[in-house]
Amino acid sequence: MKYTPHTRIDIEDMLKTIGVPAVEDLFRDIPADMRAAGYGLGAGKSEYEVLGHLKHTAGRNRPLRLNLTGGGFYDHYIPSAVDRLAGRAEFYTAYTPYQPECSQGTLQAIFEYQTAICRITGMDVSNASVYDGGTALAEGILMAMRVTGRNKIVIDKSVNPIYRDMIRTYLGSQECELAEVGPDGLALDMKGFSENIGRDTAAAVVQNPNFFGTINDYSEISAGCRKAGALTICSVYPLSLGLLRTPGEMGADIVTGEGQSLGNPLSFGGPYLGFMAVKREYIRQLPGRIVGETVDRNGKKCYVLTLQAREQHIKRHRATSNICTNQSLCALRALLYLSCLGEKGFRDTAVRNYTLANYAVRVLSDIEGVEFVNGKPVFNEFVLRFKDKADVVYSKLLARGISAGIPLGGYYKGMDDMMLMCVTEKLGKDDISMLRKELEEL
Amino acid sequence: MNRELLYEKSIEGRSGYALPVSGIQEEFPGPEYLRSGPCGLPELSELDIVRHFTGLSRLNYSVDGNFYPLGSCTMKYNPKILEDVSSLDGFSRLHPMLPLLPGAAEYVQGALEVLYRLQEALCDITGMDAATLQPLAGAQGELAGILMTAAYHRMKGNAKKTVIVPDASHGTNPASAAMVGYDVITVATDSRGQMDTAEFAERINDEVAAVVMTCPNTLGIFNADIRKISRMAHSVDALMYYDGANMNAILGKVKPGDIGFDIVHLNLHKTFATPHGGGGPGAGPVCVKDFLAKFLPSPRIVRDRGGSYMPGEGDASSIGKMAPFYGNFGVLLKAYAYILLLGEEGLNDVSDKAVLNANYILGLLRDHYEVPYDRKCMHECVLSAARQSEKGVHALDIAKYLIDMGFHPPTVYFPLIVKEAIMIEPTETESRETIDRFARVMIDAAGLAEKEPGVLRNAPVTTRISRPDEVRAARDLNVRYTG
Repeated sequence: MKYTPHTRIDIEDMLKTIGVPAVEDLFRDIPADMRAAGYGLGAGKSEYEVLGHLKHTAGRNRPLRLNLTGGGFYDHYIPSAVDRLAGRAEFYTAYTPYQPECSQGTLQAIFEYQTAICRITGMDVSNASVYDGGTALAEGILMAMRVTGRNKIVIDKSVNPIYRDMIRTYLGSQECELAEVGPDGLALDMKGFSENIGRDTAAAVVQNPNFFGTINDYSEISAGCRKAGALTICSVYPLSLGLLRTPGEMGADIVTGEGQSLGNPLSFGGPYLGFMAVKREYIRQLPGRIVGETVDRNGKKCYVLTLQAREQHIKRHRATSNICTNQSLCALRALLYLSCLGEKGFRDTAVRNYTLANYAVRVLSDIEGVEFVNGKPVFNEFVLRFKDKADVVYSKLLARGISAGIPLGGYYKGMDDMMLMCVTEKLGKDDISMLRKELEEL
Repeated sequence: MNRELLYEKSIEGRSGYALPVSGIQEEFPGPEYLRSGPCGLPELSELDIVRHFTGLSRLNYSVDGNFYPLGSCTMKYNPKILEDVSSLDGFSRLHPMLPLLPGAAEYVQGALEVLYRLQEALCDITGMDAATLQPLAGAQGELAGILMTAAYHRMKGNAKKTVIVPDASHGTNPASAAMVGYDVITVATDSRGQMDTAEFAERINDEVAAVVMTCPNTLGIFNADIRKISRMAHSVDALMYYDGANMNAILGKVKPGDIGFDIVHLNLHKTFATPHGGGGPGAGPVCVKDFLAKFLPSPRIVRDRGGSYMPGEGDASSIGKMAPFYGNFGVLLKAYAYILLLGEEGLNDVSDKAVLNANYILGLLRDHYEVPYDRKCMHECVLSAARQSEKGVHALDIAKYLIDMGFHPPTVYFPLIVKEAIMIEPTETESRETIDRFARVMIDAAGLAEKEPGVLRNAPVTTRISRPDEVRAARDLNVRYTG
């Protein structure tokens, strides 16, 4: 299959204009001994063949009867309008809105996205999104180091371990001290935080709900940070914000998070989006694209990329980050999702996820030999302790077509018998009854 | 008239969403855990939302609607089948944790196979030995490459401090180097439009960790000295980094690994036809020579003896994780399908036609605009509006006039080393008629600059808005709706 339109006559005429006899002559700048010998890729195929091949390959991914795997990445229902509207080619085949006159669609959508992120998180300003929740958190930490001129980061171990790995990669070549505190059992280690936050601290990093699904209030930590001249960074699960206290209300300075659950399919790890929202005073240290409102030369309200002087294409090595674009289409999907749910649907969905998780906890922890570990209200996810190793429980249920969650032993010492389990609004009472029955039969 | 925002259209009590009935009630946590007021999300019907966003979409120029010769961005046509492939249920609903859970990799063999085969194909195309698909964009691929460079030098005990980039480079190159803590040395472009080899020879020394180059460079020129440059770099144990942004020019013609490069990143959203999405998502896989493989981010997809695919964790040498899982899978899948569709001959045809189209544009316009480096180009050409600027017409005015004529403008004012730069990358999927039409408008613009410069300075007049006040946007910062 080829997507080039040139006929033989086109090529001949074009070469005449250029003034060379053959296309090959256009490659004369490449010395002959640098030419490639060829690929081992084989011949091209028709659309029908490729689609058939990939359908077959997709078929090798076996369906599950029930999936309770979460860990920061969730299977929520996506309204059809999200796919249909994000599937408009005027959105998905455009590029970064450098020319505002022919990009007002993308620009206004990003402005509306930024507004939505500010509103759900309770913050003043948002960027146009970054790659994912982990890079958002890493960029948030680098930002806090720039703002404070300090380099010690105090991070809760119940922040998603995947993010903590990514942060270590991002900070790999920086002069930075990463102090990991807690968890105290599965509870927040207040003592660890208060002992570690001091005059040398750039930021404390927390997550709500934390990796174990526990809902916390971090107001005391942010107050401690403020006293020490440090910032508070909160990674938050956006869907919980329909119900739970916002990071803004808890006094966070920088809020980040994974936006996947807002209208983006799991898609085996991406593409997703990371959102970043901060207090207004830090906007000039915020990395990534930002859209602002202005007027055109006739006084008409419109939108442009703004504060570009922070960015790599102008500042080069002095830029706030090397990041070039945002995850525009994923951010559009997040906006579409939030619009479709609306004020009421967003709250209802958050309430359902809260309710279902706490219901599941009651029903499942009632089984003999199963214990609820969080000991506090949970959102979406919760930790159960089993008599057996969680790996064994997981494998047994997998044989019955159920992926029951994430055994925690691989991530935390002493948690070999614990499993992190997730329910979303796509599940109901019947699914939880079925799971209970399967667990009882083990 | 101003276009209303979603929030301004909101009507209290309106809604277009319903959950299944659950029959479950649970007590809420205490008030210290609950948000104190409403979110302020819009209240609209589904039709309200569909009209709103359909209306917004119509304000965009896009590849599907317009010629989009944005230099250095490779805005080629994105085959529709790619959208179908990535939305296959068997792929789009897969949870990325599964292959990391006991025994569950069995449930995602199809997805892992796609990733494995794409790693192999990209190594073949770049002439490299090992690949990571993790980086989520070209700039993140660069960051991964520079982090690997730092890890390599740490292992060897090399005291390296600097990274060399040509002055024509993309802004992300020096920015990525700076993020890893390197000082950046910029080498000038010579009169042929290549990095000045003599100046490079003076600047290269024991402290240089890497030389980051795009080849062909942002002027669309292939550097014939590249082997000499890489020999000099390697003689002081500096790594050669290939910024693959311009790979579309040399598909099937040159493998960066054959001409002295050690690390390559690719922009799949450019060369391999995955849509740009209005500014992302992209994908920036990195391929390296064998001696750097152990530094690649982890995990990479491996095949065991039994033929099963799984994520293989690297050892302590790996720089760690750039992404939560295996990269932007949905994007990677599209690139894989594109490679299958085109095959070897098709990929070779891509660079043939991309280079043919760029030279054809250059041929049509060379008498009407200044050509700062007057020689055959590769996939893009850089003109200058310096002659027009003497009449008070700037590259930006020409760009705005092109919008009136239905074209997305080329990249302007980049590369930074060309005064009044107009950087045109037509890509291979555009027809001769489209290019002819575009060239006629560019020639008209050059004529208007002489006779009626006001027309250009007033452009655009056909769009809903014209020439936003960007200074005001940055001064009176308003980045969210506060009504």
